[in-house]
Amino acid sequence: MIQGIPLEHFLIVSTIMFFIGVCGFIIRRNLITMLMAIELILNSVNINFVVFNRYLYPDQMQGHFFSLFIVGIAAAEASVAIALIINIYRNLKNIDVENVSEMKY
Amino acid sequence: MSLSVLMFYLLSGIILTFSVLSITTRRILRAAVYLLFVLVATSGLYFLLKYQFMAAVQLTLYAGGIVVLIIFSILLTHHITHRFNRPELTNLLMGISVAVIGSGVVLATLLTHPFKAANVTELPVDMTEIGNQLLSTGKNGYVLPFELISILLLAAMIAAIVVAKKEKNKNSEI
Repeated sequence: MIQGIPLEHFLIVSTIMFFIGVCGFIIRRNLITMLMAIELILNSVNINFVVFNRYLYPDQMQGHFFSLFIVGIAAAEASVAIALIINIYRNLKNIDVENVSEMKY
Repeated sequence: MSLSVLMFYLLSGIILTFSVLSITTRRILRAAVYLLFVLVATSGLYFLLKYQFMAAVQLTLYAGGIVVLIIFSILLTHHITHRFNRPELTNLLMGISVAVIGSGVVLATLLTHPFKAANVTELPVDMTEIGNQLLSTGKNGYVLPFELISILLLAAMIAAIVVAKKEKNKNSEI
């Protein structure tokens, strides 16, 4: 742990970052910017895992490994999402969520 | 005030400022660059916590991989000069109120909960330790999630290639 910084300060930063991500997910209307908001959310969760590991259980490494796995899952999710977005753009020439309603019945 | 404390507040300031900017800017390429700054500052936090390997993974995979992927897809789907319209007022109010209420509840819970640190010696996180634990099946072994993540990554790669591939011209098929 770092001398002089309590655990709560890290948690405050990651909480605010998480809700900035949620806010961005709600107010943005474009698929790529919504994806960026999801990356912000995942990143703040990663900070939480790592900080809990370092401050509360420094003799184990669960938090470290789970944030590694989350980074891997985020990479997989981003690659699939971007493939889908490019395909949608090819078919509809537009990637705003309001206009992507072709498959609604 | 020691240097690492100063560094922590500097990095948190960068993270919060640029994450707000990245969801409010009206140019999409700038949003991607602000996201890059947030991710690099986060890896700085991992360096402060002495998780060097995690910080390196964050830099290479997030800042190097995902942001480049996002920038490529922006260049494929947008004009550089494109600016977004302002968000609708109802959306804006909804988003801000959800964020304020949610963070209020979570912060109130966090600040009243007593976190008790385990009274143990710190385990030095070096590469040998990480490699041993990641590939062991015994106590503190993580071989099962490791295998799961490798299969997931393979499936995601195949899915991305199949989805993004151009459709074959029916006449040119053998």
